[in-house]
Amino acid sequence: MRAAVVVFPGSNCDRDCKVALERSTGADVTMVWHQDTALPAGLDLIVLPGGFSYGDYLRCGAMAALSPVMTEVKAAAERGVAVAGICNGFQILCEVGLLPGALLRNAALRYVCKPVDLDIVNTQTRFTAAFGGRREATMTVGNGEGNFFADEATLDRLEGEGQVVFRYKHNPNGSSRAIAGIVNPAGNVLGLMPHPDRAFEPALGSADGALVFQSVMASV
Amino acid sequence: MTQSSSAGLDAALASGLAADEYALIVKRLNREPNAVELGVFSVMWSEHCSYKSSRRHLAKFPTSGPRVIQGPGENAGVVDIGDGQAVVFKMESHNHPSFIEPYQGAATGVGGIMRDVFTMGARPVALLNALRFGDPSHPGTRRLVAGVVAGIGGYGNCVGVPTVAGETNFHRGYDGNILVNAMCVGLADSDKIFYSAAPAAGLPVVYFGSKTGRDGIHGATMASAEFDTDSEAKRPTVQVGDPFAEKLLIEATLELMASGAVAAIQDMGAAGLTSSCVEMAGKGAVGVELDLDAVPQREENMTAYEMMLSESQERMLAILKPGREADGQRIFQKWGLDAATIGRTTDTGRIVLRHHGEIVCDLPLAPLTEDAPNYDRPWTEPVRQPHLDPAHIPAPTDWEAAVLTVMSCPDVASKRWIWEQYDRHVMADTVEDSATGADAGVVRVHGSAKGLAVTSDCTPRYVSADPYEGGKQAVAEAWRNLTAVGALPIAITDNLNFGNPERPEIMGQIVKAIEGMAEACRALDFPVVSGNVSLYNETNGAAIPPTPTVGAVGLLADYDRRAGFGTAKTGDTLLLLGVSRGELGSSLYLRECLGREDGAPPPVDLTAERRNGDLVRNLISEGAIQVVHDLSDGGLIAAAAELALASDVGVTLDATSAAHAHAFLFGEDQGRYLIATAAPDAIIDRAQAFGVPVATVGHAGGEAFVSGPLFSIPLARLRDAHEGWMPGYMDRPA
Repeated sequence: MRAAVVVFPGSNCDRDCKVALERSTGADVTMVWHQDTALPAGLDLIVLPGGFSYGDYLRCGAMAALSPVMTEVKAAAERGVAVAGICNGFQILCEVGLLPGALLRNAALRYVCKPVDLDIVNTQTRFTAAFGGRREATMTVGNGEGNFFADEATLDRLEGEGQVVFRYKHNPNGSSRAIAGIVNPAGNVLGLMPHPDRAFEPALGSADGALVFQSVMASV
Repeated sequence: MTQSSSAGLDAALASGLAADEYALIVKRLNREPNAVELGVFSVMWSEHCSYKSSRRHLAKFPTSGPRVIQGPGENAGVVDIGDGQAVVFKMESHNHPSFIEPYQGAATGVGGIMRDVFTMGARPVALLNALRFGDPSHPGTRRLVAGVVAGIGGYGNCVGVPTVAGETNFHRGYDGNILVNAMCVGLADSDKIFYSAAPAAGLPVVYFGSKTGRDGIHGATMASAEFDTDSEAKRPTVQVGDPFAEKLLIEATLELMASGAVAAIQDMGAAGLTSSCVEMAGKGAVGVELDLDAVPQREENMTAYEMMLSESQERMLAILKPGREADGQRIFQKWGLDAATIGRTTDTGRIVLRHHGEIVCDLPLAPLTEDAPNYDRPWTEPVRQPHLDPAHIPAPTDWEAAVLTVMSCPDVASKRWIWEQYDRHVMADTVEDSATGADAGVVRVHGSAKGLAVTSDCTPRYVSADPYEGGKQAVAEAWRNLTAVGALPIAITDNLNFGNPERPEIMGQIVKAIEGMAEACRALDFPVVSGNVSLYNETNGAAIPPTPTVGAVGLLADYDRRAGFGTAKTGDTLLLLGVSRGELGSSLYLRECLGREDGAPPPVDLTAERRNGDLVRNLISEGAIQVVHDLSDGGLIAAAAELALASDVGVTLDATSAAHAHAFLFGEDQGRYLIATAAPDAIIDRAQAFGVPVATVGHAGGEAFVSGPLFSIPLARLRDAHEGWMPGYMDRPA
């Protein structure tokens, strides 16, 4: 599998994503600078990592969404390349319009870092197929603006179309309908707040995150 | 001889210098300094930069050892961890700024200590913090807790370095002067450490990072003075942090170092541009000439004085190798950082500053550093507290209430409310943190089987009662916490927080605490490799409890061979290693249940400490034990309760054979470990063969915390008490 991890100024999970991909799938991972105007050829997966791109100034993900590389990421997504936005990457995907909704300030108005138990709502996506029959997973969250919000009609559509992929068992941040991760209608763009890149081997407390990356590998 | 004018003397006094210090400056220069020069002297000779009250006593610390690559004197200590790798670490205080402006004060404390570490060529991999707040009932405490915690998280989370361990105390002695001590641990290749000494004359001095503004002017001087009721007016001396800029600065600095362009480098911390260029030129025995017009400035019409004394954050000063300025420009441009060549090193031994074409400062460097005052301040022997006989200390009349009181008191209660606001997992190498039930944080050495264990420790009530024993105990407890996870303790950094050293009784605390710490460091082969001294922690003449915080690092050869206290299982036997005499002096039981803060603290027998710890570490590395918890605040009760809660299994303690059950259960005797094991006989044999006292004190199982016939508390109730205090305190309606 060939994968790229986009590095924005202020990304801080870029290395984590690279290491997680390499260890869980053996993927060939290229780091792509945000000002690049072309992506490597033949990509199977593009990861937008967590962090505080542009310091989260203005609004989380707002400035990163305007980075030159995002034009290419959007084009690749429209061609069907798998794109995963984790944490800040999820925020960027919402800002750039590849996913609906927005990530608001946590309901408790505080950053929250903790392990979270998740329901795998849709096990048939390109990001969850490798979980097999499992309906549950454990990862960790670390966010100050992880409170997923969309209007009721959008939420109903997400639920109805199977676009809700992960749901918190115990909502850590006030997300609408406890949504932790969603995909686009085509199913090739995933946004999730929990970090599979911090849960890819047992020493980290959970290896469930590896299955997210292995699912993508199985689909290519 | 030149006489000082009354105007000059007044200016010197206003800048924090003493009259005799000013006279010395005039004598050395053979003239009066101008305003800029006086500013340079005042910060370089401040307590914060010169350690003028503590220097001669700090010399008592052991600072070398087979692993030590760099001891105190550089930005951070450097210790060899094998395989060509080194751990780089330091702890530093940001007490005064955090009291005045808690969010920014704490945030910039974290930023400053990270810069000290990556300036040495290390990538920061772990953060810790040691916080002391006033009494929870004090009207300012909640606001300070909320602000400090948000500031630490806001900065560290954004930069992307996990905050994995720490400690928090509450005591009325900090009502008017909280302590915020932050520690950063980094990793570097041991042959790629960077230093601050300018290697030659004629090299470009390059400024990069954020622009210089008017924030933080005279911060180092403020940090060297007592507080009074007007301290709110000092808010403008608190710097404002930009963690995004810091993240870019880390990446740009490490990339610049990797490019081979750096000859010497120094961050701009306390005393800003003054301190960094004076230290770089001074250590290299060269001179430096700067053109202040070239300094990137955030505000208009800044004076030379303001630029030299600004403590604007996220700034670095590098001396580049000849012909390498283009490498720098390429990297700074990539990361979007301001940068400028602002001067050159010279062979004059002087610091010369030009502004608007005029020389505004021309000083010999030597007096700024070498002639800085080095006081032997008078001190008095601390008054020691008498030893308390447990027979004369009342036992609880309501045991259940006593246990719950200790487990829910602010110093013991869960700090989940705090550490859930810290990103503990970024970098994906955290294997033990504040949440996981272990006596130290553990991060993996990226890409290897090795792990770094980190902890921060001090028990201020012991140091108050006996600075010497308390100093010993702070070092011993740090050593014990590292040992309890299975790590080999390798070195410490210290953060010495005290009151006004010009008062002999405070100076006595400083001297005796340092001597106690030094004795423990020697006995435990635990050298001091970096540190920070924070004095004048007083408000309106009331000093804080003496608080010499120890930040310590240990090495695990294999992070899978470690211990915690969250995996005890039903049927495990509880063994207690070490001697239990029932030391209740200055204990939490005495304070929380009886309202007393007297009595000699538990003495530390360093020979027993080392013997007991070496056995525990051996057993962990052999894989013979996995569940270990050190005994500290709250004694056996607290250790067993924490083990039960973390493991989610009941625990029964047998105190029936103790002469005084309350002293046995609540006593805080040192050098002890609680072990849970399914194979106790083999461990008992090993302990006896090693000469370590060992006793079976109970077992795990059931769903209650029990010591028949004294108490039986359902685990859920114990958990509510332990977890409930802090959210109840912080989240209650105002």
